[in-house]
Amino acid sequence: MAKSNKPIVWGLFAVGGTVAAFCVPALILAHGLLVPLGVFGENALSYERVSAVIGFLPVKIVVLGVVILTLWHAAHRIRVTMHDFGIRKDDMVAMLCYGAAGLLTATALLGVMAV
Amino acid sequence: MSRKPFVRPVPATTWYMRNGRYLRYMAREVSSLFIGLYMAGLAMGLMRLAQGPDAWNAYLTALSSPLALVFHVLAFAFATYHATTWFNATPKAMRIRWGDGYVPGPTVVRAHYALWGLVSLVILVLVGVI
Repeated sequence: MAKSNKPIVWGLFAVGGTVAAFCVPALILAHGLLVPLGVFGENALSYERVSAVIGFLPVKIVVLGVVILTLWHAAHRIRVTMHDFGIRKDDMVAMLCYGAAGLLTATALLGVMAV
Repeated sequence: MSRKPFVRPVPATTWYMRNGRYLRYMAREVSSLFIGLYMAGLAMGLMRLAQGPDAWNAYLTALSSPLALVFHVLAFAFATYHATTWFNATPKAMRIRWGDGYVPGPTVVRAHYALWGLVSLVILVLVGVI
């Protein structure tokens, strides 16, 4: 049987979708809305505290896990959704989606490891 | 010799507009675009954190721009829709043995919602404290 990368992308889609469902709504609410609107005070997410928390290894692992798994979930679903929008160049779409997910994975990894 | 088969014409780019069920399917799929964009922003924010206090403060300022707020309202709505559709489908994805039978579907869904509430509360408290 021909080798397929389907189990890998499907597995990442399923795990990432679960992680995204549990974490992303509250993350967006807290970090994308409540912090900028000042609900948590002027000094919420200050550089000193965020870098101290992310400097802690278990936090690095959890943050990277959530970010990377969610990215690959989204990349795979965007790929198949492009077909539903009538875009039939799957090879190119797949390359762009997984390529972007790979670049952003590297960005998050380099960023978190450098803190 | 075969007759020319009838192919029902389906518009390739707007087919989901004709039916509420298709539209809800598409909304669920499009949630990935908002979740992906949000995570892209977060990944870049982590890079800004590594670049030092000035870069991080510029990132925080960008987060409170009207454009970012509008995007995050939309992203929050789509992420919540993703979560509800995902959890409502869990009984079809996981069948858990319980004695001679299986854990009933609604129980599996309720357990996921309960855990979702707990995780969300923990995230809100953590971000609020940090």
